[in-house]
Amino acid sequence: MKQNKRSNCNLQGNETNLRDKIVISRKQYQIQRRKRSNKTSEHPHAFQDHFNKLLGGIRFADFPYMSIPTLTSTFVGGEMAIRRAMSGRTAVVGARSMSSWWRSVEPAPKDPILGVTEAFLADPNPDKVNVGVGAYRDDNGKPVVLECVREAERRIAGHLNMEYLPMGGSVKMVEETLKLAYGVNSELIKDKRIAAVQALSGTGACRLFADFQKRFRPDSQIYIPVPTWANHHNIWRDAHVPQKTYHYYHPESRGLDFAAMMDDIKNAPNGSFFLLHACAHNPTGVDPSEEQWREISHEFKVKGHFAFFDMAYQGFASGDPERDAKSIRIFLEDGHYFGIAQSYAKNMGLYGQRVGCLSVLCEDEKQAVAVKSQLQQLARPMYSNPPVHGALIVSTILSDPDLKKVWLKEVKVMADRIIGMRTALRGNLEKLGSPLSWQHITNQIGMFCYSGLTPEQVDRLTNEFHIYMTRNGRISMAGVTTGNVEYLATAIHEVTKSASTC
Amino acid sequence: MDSVFAAVVQAPEDPILGVTVAYNKDPNPIKLNLGVGAYRTEEGKPLVLNVVRKAEQLLVNDRSRVKEYLPILGLAEFNKLSAKLILGDDSPAIQENRVATAQCLSGTGSLRVGAEFLAKHYHQRTIYIPLPSWGNHLKVFTMAGLSVNAYRYYDPATRGLNIQGLLEDLGAAPSGAIVLLHACAHNPTGVDPAPEQWEQIRQLIRSKALLPFFDCAYQGFASGSLDADALAVRMFVADGGECLIAQSYAKNMGLYGERVGALSIVCKGADVASRVESQLKLVIRPMYSNPPIHGASIAATILKNSDMYNEWKIELKAMADRIISMRKQLYDALSARGTAGDWSHIIKQIGMFTFTGLNSDQVAFMTKEYHIYMTSDGRISMAGLSSKTVPHLADAIHAAVTLPVRSKFEIYVASIFGF
Repeated sequence: MKQNKRSNCNLQGNETNLRDKIVISRKQYQIQRRKRSNKTSEHPHAFQDHFNKLLGGIRFADFPYMSIPTLTSTFVGGEMAIRRAMSGRTAVVGARSMSSWWRSVEPAPKDPILGVTEAFLADPNPDKVNVGVGAYRDDNGKPVVLECVREAERRIAGHLNMEYLPMGGSVKMVEETLKLAYGVNSELIKDKRIAAVQALSGTGACRLFADFQKRFRPDSQIYIPVPTWANHHNIWRDAHVPQKTYHYYHPESRGLDFAAMMDDIKNAPNGSFFLLHACAHNPTGVDPSEEQWREISHEFKVKGHFAFFDMAYQGFASGDPERDAKSIRIFLEDGHYFGIAQSYAKNMGLYGQRVGCLSVLCEDEKQAVAVKSQLQQLARPMYSNPPVHGALIVSTILSDPDLKKVWLKEVKVMADRIIGMRTALRGNLEKLGSPLSWQHITNQIGMFCYSGLTPEQVDRLTNEFHIYMTRNGRISMAGVTTGNVEYLATAIHEVTKSASTC
Repeated sequence: MDSVFAAVVQAPEDPILGVTVAYNKDPNPIKLNLGVGAYRTEEGKPLVLNVVRKAEQLLVNDRSRVKEYLPILGLAEFNKLSAKLILGDDSPAIQENRVATAQCLSGTGSLRVGAEFLAKHYHQRTIYIPLPSWGNHLKVFTMAGLSVNAYRYYDPATRGLNIQGLLEDLGAAPSGAIVLLHACAHNPTGVDPAPEQWEQIRQLIRSKALLPFFDCAYQGFASGSLDADALAVRMFVADGGECLIAQSYAKNMGLYGERVGALSIVCKGADVASRVESQLKLVIRPMYSNPPIHGASIAATILKNSDMYNEWKIELKAMADRIISMRKQLYDALSARGTAGDWSHIIKQIGMFTFTGLNSDQVAFMTKEYHIYMTSDGRISMAGLSSKTVPHLADAIHAAVTLPVRSKFEIYVASIFGF
């Protein structure tokens, strides 16, 4: 083969047969693309998949004379134009080498949730209270490492190597995790109908699913409840999945706006994708009742909607993991195909270990194998394979019946303490003679209480009383202790007593 | 009700990780896994460094340790120590607070976060990667939203560096383009530029205002010396310019599955670095919120304790030395068999991998007849070899090169069109 002079961005006149074939192949791709849709916004990954197929067939080492710039630039230019159009950004003229490339980088706003803890830590006041981030604290306000976790770590340390997990993570951990969500004796697990991979806690599971949704249902959107955990919006946005919202929280009753929620479900186009909080809704603590879940499930069937459950608090809400999975079991009974993001951050206290699982229920084993392989393809360019340590802890605990019993007890202790604090906070407020209703504190469930406090009232709590919470009025009940519940109640009473509504 | 994902087809196996899958399925006892770049001992076993076990025990026994969320950017102590490791203890960039560092999920995670940051904030969205490069680079940068182009790197004729081609291709790149550089122990070829060549590359990159992005996965693992392996990175930082660096502790600390790494962005000034750091958080939060604590705690424990740090250096050198010795043994074995061809590249190349120059037909032959598992580009992981298995590999290579071969042209056409 004649050695061609490298040319950066053009095909040369003396095309070899090979180049012609590539050009033909590219034209065929463009024809396919035009046929597929008239939309200008072709999702970026379809192109890259085609590119990958071509590139995958080229062994770099064998083709020194065919420079990749020639190949890629002919394909890549179009892709870049698409990306620019989609992002709406225009190119900034390049900075000169003497100055920083990053001059125009704006300081990012602080994360609304994690920024609260930062501010709390910086405060020297001895009475300060952190009811911001959703991490469990014991009655002394201290973080807790569960005994079952300590025991698991003792067993693990020094005994196992640190080799790469497969891209889909620890098979054993995933199996045990599916049992928690789908039921210990689930036929679906036996029939291998669930595509599941270990993920980086709940965030990672949601992000992987969002990327998967973008790649394989590029025309879909995600319906997100109002309100929701703030990071849900970031996740689907960075995955380039358009978002819509549905009614959820009813401020007047501090409960569920069920009628409006059902309306939104009915009015959404058939086959829409919905994000549901399986239990212990974050930030409101407001969950549908069992009957309401049945109605939701029924309507989803009628509309052919896809349910994606974010389950970050199984076991943590009521103290009973089986009970907390009720919504999922109802959807299973009704024969839906859905997806679940599970997290062990709270219910096993493994926060910083980043352990979770993404599962997608499929029609059959073959489809599950296909879906799992595609999920792995999305994990590979994000982190290659997930961290092993936390997964080992989980599988050690869940596969040992005695250790699992210890875990279930410890989860119940955590959930019970929180339920106790809800009762105490409400009781204290009522004792202080607050004019407002605080029923919602005990009606709501899980780690958070949506107090109904306004941002201005929250600011007063922080500035005058050194109480730290997110400005949406969300109180992390896990941060409430017998030691600070009176102080908290007094402060809340102080900032709300003159308000006719909260 | 049909599944909404009914049309999803099965993805092909990852070419690198798929090798181990195939290896595991093979029942033959003489099988040899030279695929994934994970270190193996003389006995063919994975290795957990003694100093790592020590650090682990310290952590497990410390009842005051909790499992709380790390900050989005990870363990601060780990970040500082990682920056020092690659840039040098007395680096002016660090002293001037010009380095923004984020703990990330090993090399892959660091590359992905850096690339997403660039896609959001940098004016040029093309990255040039060497030809060839680690297969996952293309996917990582593409998923992050960058366009990938390439520059010549490997010269099959010499099995060495095509410096002319490299300089020409980078010279023709648009001003400001991002350039991926393997800091040391190039993967998959094992071919590194000499110091003088690095200087040429640096001058060209700075003169064209290109943005270097270093992938540093083998510091200490290549030559056995942490400082020597950091030479190229430090050369670039010394000229006061900006760059990105993705570090991995997978190989040099044996922390593979714990996913320990760091992304550092060296900026012109402290204020810029601080703003850059804040924006990195916005990339990370919607990806996984904050990084895993365990592995980074082990690494930080080792890096900050001078005794443990010295122990680590000794164990690291031992791994690098074993690999260098395997190179020598393989070269001697092929010479002894009179295998056709020049095999001196085996001892000239550096790091975990050797780019043998074998083609995909030859590789397939070696897998079928000799149960040797390697990637089809002819890359072998020297770490998977031992004195006992070198003769088996040498026999296989010897047999493979005496096969009649399809021309490269034929293989190329066949691969494009899938036959």
